[in-house]
Amino acid sequence: MDGVAQLQKQLVDYTASLFQEGFLDEQFNQLQQLQDESNPDFVVEVVSLFFEDSERLLNELAKALEQKTIDFRKVDAHVHQFKGSSSSIGAQRVQKVCIAFRNYCEEQNIEGCLKCLQQVKHEYSLVKSKLETLFKIEKQLIAAGGSIPT
Amino acid sequence: MGISTESQFHVLAVDDSLIDRKLIERLLKTSSYQVTTVDSGTKALEFLGVHEDDQSNSDIPSVSPNTHQEVEVNLIITDYCMPGMTGYDLLRKIKESSSLRNIPVVIMSSENVPSRISRCLEEGAEEFFLKPVRPSDVNRLRPHIMKTKLKDQQEDKQENKEEELGKPEFQSREEKEEQQQQQHHHLQQQHSNGNKRKALEEGLSPDRTRPRYNNGLTTVV
Repeated sequence: MDGVAQLQKQLVDYTASLFQEGFLDEQFNQLQQLQDESNPDFVVEVVSLFFEDSERLLNELAKALEQKTIDFRKVDAHVHQFKGSSSSIGAQRVQKVCIAFRNYCEEQNIEGCLKCLQQVKHEYSLVKSKLETLFKIEKQLIAAGGSIPT
Repeated sequence: MGISTESQFHVLAVDDSLIDRKLIERLLKTSSYQVTTVDSGTKALEFLGVHEDDQSNSDIPSVSPNTHQEVEVNLIITDYCMPGMTGYDLLRKIKESSSLRNIPVVIMSSENVPSRISRCLEEGAEEFFLKPVRPSDVNRLRPHIMKTKLKDQQEDKQENKEEELGKPEFQSREEKEEQQQQQHHHLQQQHSNGNKRKALEEGLSPDRTRPRYNNGLTTVV
């Protein structure tokens, strides 16, 4: 019982810190609220889709920005998708970089775009590892017989 | 048992993003809607039973079997930004279709562009949601879905009246055909489960393999 209480606290505190540090926003709460006994893995499923999709987009972006003649519309299209998906799961810091990224696309600013690509890769890897940690704590909690506090 | 007022509504959701499809599906299911998701406007039209080449034959007034809905859809919610056919293009095609124009359409977009919003509303969209879509947005769908159902019920009532009073003098060929079909099938329906539905669907071939979603039975997509 002690173990469960501890894990619950750990989970609550960790989640709170992610919000405080701006990694996650209200939309992530919305996702959690859509999860219930009939859909117990909803958040993990959506976030997993986000990981897959993001990795694909990052590859496409890297490729597009390596071209001799950069097709900024193509780059922008990928960033638009990335902005959308990060917004849909509440990955706030990723979304913010995408907004700046799109501005550079509009200006056809190569340096700005390359800088944003690095930034978005960085923010993405941060939020990915944070979410993976979050899910690990949840798993431990459930394995210890506890339930995820709503 | 009488007429069921809580028959399940079926929503068709269109979005090229897999994540957003998953989200909207979950949101809609939490509101007890039956959901079908597709990833493009073209697939949406296919699902609705519309074949694109039929659209160009605007001089054919009667409703041909190809343009009938194969499955009843009570509302269409679509993303705006999609490759190929945008949500706006899809909206236009639906409003241009005699068999589909009464289905309420809602547009979603991640971008808040006032001119885009007003263009969609002018073209006949009921609502415009900014993404990410929230449960409170989904609540706003209900009156639009109910309005169509209510309209169907009122139309059925109207036809009942006309049956008693005799047919009105001036009717277009389409209306006459529609009414004749409905009168014929309404009699058949009276001994069925009592659900009020557009009787046009009854006119479709009996060996349809697609399940029906509009008579309160739960069917899995």
